[in-house]
Amino acid sequence: MKKIFSVFMICLLSACAGQKTQPTAEVVERSIGADENAAAAASGLASDGATFHPLQDPNNILSQRSVYYDYDSYTVKNEYRELVLAHARYLRDNPNASVLLQGNTDERGSREYNLALGQRRADNVKNMMTLAGARDAQIESVSLGEEKPRVMSHDESSWAENRRADILYHGE
Amino acid sequence: MLIFLRHPSCWLWVMLLLLCKPLHAALDIEIFGGGATQIPIAITPFAAEERLPQSITSIVAADLQRSGLFKLVDSTGLAPHSPAGVVYADWANRGANALVVGKTTLFPDGQIEIRFYLMDVAKRVQLTSLATLVPAAQLRAAAHRIADIVFEALTGNVGVFSTRIAYVMKQGEKYALQVADADGFNAQTVVEYSEPIISPAWSPDGSEIAYVSFENKKPIVYVQTVATGARRAVANFKGSNSAPVWSPDGRKLAVVLTTQGNSQIFLINADGSGLQRLTRSAGIDTEPSFSPDGRSIIFTSDRGGSPQIYRMAITETASGFAERLTFEGSYNVSPDFSKDGKSFTFIHRHNNQFNVAVQDIETRQMQILTKSQLDESPSFAPNDMMILYATEIGGRGILSAVSRDGQTRQQLTTQTGNIREPVWGPLPRLK
Repeated sequence: MKKIFSVFMICLLSACAGQKTQPTAEVVERSIGADENAAAAASGLASDGATFHPLQDPNNILSQRSVYYDYDSYTVKNEYRELVLAHARYLRDNPNASVLLQGNTDERGSREYNLALGQRRADNVKNMMTLAGARDAQIESVSLGEEKPRVMSHDESSWAENRRADILYHGE
Repeated sequence: MLIFLRHPSCWLWVMLLLLCKPLHAALDIEIFGGGATQIPIAITPFAAEERLPQSITSIVAADLQRSGLFKLVDSTGLAPHSPAGVVYADWANRGANALVVGKTTLFPDGQIEIRFYLMDVAKRVQLTSLATLVPAAQLRAAAHRIADIVFEALTGNVGVFSTRIAYVMKQGEKYALQVADADGFNAQTVVEYSEPIISPAWSPDGSEIAYVSFENKKPIVYVQTVATGARRAVANFKGSNSAPVWSPDGRKLAVVLTTQGNSQIFLINADGSGLQRLTRSAGIDTEPSFSPDGRSIIFTSDRGGSPQIYRMAITETASGFAERLTFEGSYNVSPDFSKDGKSFTFIHRHNNQFNVAVQDIETRQMQILTKSQLDESPSFAPNDMMILYATEIGGRGILSAVSRDGQTRQQLTTQTGNIREPVWGPLPRLK
């Protein structure tokens, strides 16, 4: 019980905790965050490693927030399934958490078609998440089309970086 | 530029360009092929024109040259200013079929009288003339009107030199919706945001422009009155609102909404009331363009697995049926119906290039008009003879136009900024 309490305190101190209620923090402790938090507590990191919320822990898949796509495709590739499903489980287990999904495309072709394509990318991630247990109200999917490229250069590697859906947690 | 300098009439043209003081834009014209069908025309400087703040004949010459239908004949050494002073044999010897002469008078109150005459060199007759009184600020407009008169008299087609274009200019982190004369001059900012603007669309009477703004963190369709700047949100539903285009009667807009799921095409009244769904597919339906009779739309859809152009009749209830029009290649987007309803222009991808193409509705014959890498947003001129589009050079968006037959291309190059989403406006109501 002492340990659970200390984990709860860690969550309170972490970036997101200000908006979380006590039951949410307990859910975190029991599910996805359990391993990391237990490990942190076990290795004596409870004092200085307190900022490692599962969403920020670089060793946790939840810290990965981008799904990349092939050209003119909105299919979520197999290599990103685990990432999307991990976020879906986090949302399922944290009913107060919510995300904004932003679909993006590279600069080539029609701006309007790219706006629709980016929406399809975000919608497909949303569909995967809701099928895996996240609730519809927790997820908003929008498109930025080709309007907000992360990389401004005009070559294949830049285009690949810009064909992307980003997962943004509210309150982060 | 080298191609341009090899053109026979180039040196007169260079001189005219030097006379013409660039205000906001510099013009770079590239012409290739098709010389045989061009009408040779001589344009003599108008009397007292050098005292005006703006040369008139240089604008007339630039307009006619840009159409690709005219070849400028050197007028050095000959300077008649009225029909009485014209020695037809001189012009016939130089190969001119037509001749423009005229004079200007600058009055103390700043008003300028322009008299111009168009002469048929072969028949040795005056074809038409114009006398007009304008303030200095209207000199460019008067020159465009003269070019329109010459164009109509010699080709039989309506001139579009007095029309305006709209486009989005990105400068730093600012996005400006601008309108300019059809030659790229006189650019004025209609509205400016720090978030993207896309898809401007002129109302049929040219008084309003619909566009998509991301200023509220998602795409919303607005309509703005050009003269007053008054603005209203026409489509602001849950999800994305985009791709506005006006019905030919100006009463409705077709827009693309995600409020019921995928991107689908809806009709909405110009005041934002009366939403009605048009398309019903499991894929993306976007980029509607009305047929001139307003009874059908062409649009981009990926319902067949790749983005292609489809046509459907407008009916009371939403329909999943549409006729596929494009079959060459795996990416055909951004259709714009011609004003005569016989063809459409669009962007076609092949060999990793995105080019302006046209397709005949009946024969389905397709023609690629450009050779550049990344073309976008083609739209027909009101006389269907030119197509305005955006292309990219060195990572920067440039305004370009190509003749309907692909024979003449031109760049309207601005000094700074990054231009995208051009659209050609309608003919002025009063001509």
